[in-house]
Amino acid sequence: MEIKIALPKGRLLGKTAALLDEAGWGLRGYYKDTRLYRLTSRRFSGLFLKVFQEKDVPIQVAVGNYDFGICGLDWVEELLVKYSSSALVKVKNLGYGAGVLYMVASRSAGVSTIEELKAKSGIIRIASEYPNLAESFASRYRLRQFSIFPLWGATEVYPPESADLALVPAGRGENFNYALAPLTEVLSFSAHLIANKSSWESKDVGDILATLYDSLDTYKEPANADKALMTEMTGGYDYGEVTGDTVWLALPDGHQQLPTAELLKKAGIEIDDYPSAIGNRRPTAKLAGVKIKVIRPQDMPLQVANGNFDLAITGRDWLMDHLYQFPSSPVRELLDLKMGRVKIVAVVSRDLPLGDINDLRRLAAERSVPLRVASEYVNIADKYARDNHLGMYRVIPTWGASEAFLPEDADLLIENTQTGRTIVKHNLKILATLFQSTACLIGSSLPSPNKAKRVNFIIETLRQTVEAI
Amino acid sequence: MRVQRCKGMRDLSPEEMKKFRLIEGAFRDSCLKWGYEEVKTPTLEYLHLFTSTGTLTPAMLGRVYSFLDWDGWSGERVVLRPDNTIPIARLYIDSMEEQKLAKLFYVSNAFIFEETGQKTRENWQCGAELMGVNGALADVELVMLAQEVLSKLGISKAELKLSHAGLIRAMLLELGLSPKERDEIFDRILDGDSKALSRVKPKGKEPKMALDSLLKLKGKSSGFLKNLRLQLSYNLPGLEKPLDDFINIVNLLEVLGCSYQIDITSSRGFEYYTGIIFQFFMGEEKIGGGGRYDLLIPLMGGKNIPASGFALYLDRLMNLIKPESSSQAKGQKILVRTKLDKPKAVKEGFSIASRLRQGGYVAQINLGVEGVAGFRWTLDVKEKAPQFILTDHKSGRSFKVQAWDKVLALLGEQGGDKDSTA
Repeated sequence: MEIKIALPKGRLLGKTAALLDEAGWGLRGYYKDTRLYRLTSRRFSGLFLKVFQEKDVPIQVAVGNYDFGICGLDWVEELLVKYSSSALVKVKNLGYGAGVLYMVASRSAGVSTIEELKAKSGIIRIASEYPNLAESFASRYRLRQFSIFPLWGATEVYPPESADLALVPAGRGENFNYALAPLTEVLSFSAHLIANKSSWESKDVGDILATLYDSLDTYKEPANADKALMTEMTGGYDYGEVTGDTVWLALPDGHQQLPTAELLKKAGIEIDDYPSAIGNRRPTAKLAGVKIKVIRPQDMPLQVANGNFDLAITGRDWLMDHLYQFPSSPVRELLDLKMGRVKIVAVVSRDLPLGDINDLRRLAAERSVPLRVASEYVNIADKYARDNHLGMYRVIPTWGASEAFLPEDADLLIENTQTGRTIVKHNLKILATLFQSTACLIGSSLPSPNKAKRVNFIIETLRQTVEAI
Repeated sequence: MRVQRCKGMRDLSPEEMKKFRLIEGAFRDSCLKWGYEEVKTPTLEYLHLFTSTGTLTPAMLGRVYSFLDWDGWSGERVVLRPDNTIPIARLYIDSMEEQKLAKLFYVSNAFIFEETGQKTRENWQCGAELMGVNGALADVELVMLAQEVLSKLGISKAELKLSHAGLIRAMLLELGLSPKERDEIFDRILDGDSKALSRVKPKGKEPKMALDSLLKLKGKSSGFLKNLRLQLSYNLPGLEKPLDDFINIVNLLEVLGCSYQIDITSSRGFEYYTGIIFQFFMGEEKIGGGGRYDLLIPLMGGKNIPASGFALYLDRLMNLIKPESSSQAKGQKILVRTKLDKPKAVKEGFSIASRLRQGGYVAQINLGVEGVAGFRWTLDVKEKAPQFILTDHKSGRSFKVQAWDKVLALLGEQGGDKDSTA
């Protein structure tokens, strides 16, 4: 009998690896920065393990792709609070990787309780990687009008200008970056063993679980095995003065930082501390009336649409994903920056006898189960499946490393690729190219008139720079 | 792959739709005669209409169908309406506030998630709302209207249970609880926790006595309410007003010969209720209910307009009405047969079928697959004279007829009463 287990990457990897080592499972290749996704156990021959982003684990277990999974209770509750009938069983609290989800506001906002916040008029903006828990919080506290901004990350930098509240994870006693003040605890969590409901009710896994439970008694959480929930940023932060005509510019974190910084430098826009060695997400520029935050490129279109930022440098892929979801959004591409070129492609396993999308459509029609389309770009994937009449399909949102989903956990993947090498390496092939994506400058079609001068200056400066390259 | 019906959704078959329309017809007929006007609100509303305190309880809010639509970039969620009263209050504020009195009714669906998928998540309601008038008379009008509809449908044994949201709120205030505790207990009561009140530990002797008396109200009549008022109002003056209102309503119901049960612990419903809560039960099953909601319209940004209303649950009523009251009068159905390869006969067939329908009969063109079962008559249409052969399946007789007006005359002679289903 095969038992399938989903294991976490990232924050819990080191501590989970130490526990499974203690339990004597004999896993090869489960360590930090591992490039292996599929693992086997030297001790239990029927065990198949796969490594996922932590927040993918509960979804994979709930849909029945995996019998068991290990992840933080925060991601389990994020799923269950919205989909309470999910086929998920919380089997055991593993104790390590403990943290707390706090609802925080900026100290500079002058609110210290939820009641004070409710007394203010207007829409309360809540930013979080946990949008379902944030929504549940808002209805539990009877916030009258609220907007939830789902984020991919960098939540701590949003208050007070880009959000009134943020729901963020932190270790108990960890310091909050950017002078955030916790208003209340929303959830305390630690790593949990979870099971698919029908697996739990039908599969005998006593001997495997016994080794895990036994080792919990002797297990000592290795210190510093994984990074803290909130990376500490030393020093206080000067917010400076913000006025109605202050222009907010969003710059990308991650691998687009260096080329972005280079382009800005060429344009004569010098940014201080970007990329930042100490995790500073509020670098400064010698541009009067312009303020900068470093956030995830995925989050930028929604933020620009809502006027939290006036300009942002992101990829066309994320802009399209946003516009496919919200055709009436005011976000527009202002300038193609002609860097960071990738193709957005539809990918299938090389083991499937498929030549083009028509073959896939035929395959989908013959099957008795829905076609599974995995992608970080949920709306691009949905549109592609819709436009190509893939019949009964389900889009599975992923949070990176999507190529590992094929072939066992998805049938079709919508992914970006620069050279196509990763795709070939995973025994996959490109079925179709959807479009080309490059970095671009985005802004709103409804710009604020009192910011126009500064905004236009940045657009024009960058335009001239790009044209000169 | 076999087609699938969405989990928790139901189809209404022709048989069920007959019952549905019968109930709807009885309800519409009564409402129109009582001077109410029909409205329809959209299926989608903004979620924030339903989120503030005094609208839906958090437990109900946790089961609404909310999502981001194509305009959702601002984070503004929309919802498949989970309730009909709040959208009607929205409509009233939107476009009817100038008229002082609004008597409105609707037949509409509402969506609430139900975990098992065994029960339907789309519920049909027949409801009436009375906006712009306060007082016992308005509440009693609504109870009597609902009862008229039920009795028209032959549901005479429905039990009317009464409670009073204003009385519960006043009582919770006297018990010395914090605003947060009061809201929580009130919500628990409305969500159907009948023990919620009895678990409260009152501070002080008077409140305890009052609470015990309230819990004992079950099944009692107006006399008991009056005694209670006498006993309590001296020490707990906050209870006086809601008790008076409650007494006025039950007095009126008694005058009108309407039987009822008082049961404070049974008060399921909505957070927006401020006064009387009335509910109709058949055995354990609730088949409708309503109440007064004086604060809802001002809370939603409207003027200070009092209102009350009720809804009957169509899906549940459909299980209660008897087949004979739903089956239509015995059909005088006519099957009109022509031959496909005789175009002149086909043309004549469509033409006479149309005349028969105008004459009040149900006339179906034979599509080649129907048998004659279920038809009182068949009418064969020929190209040559005699053009029509009318067969009466009741008597077994056939008639050769030359012209369509003769067919109608013959039907009148032989058939007597016309069909009423058209």
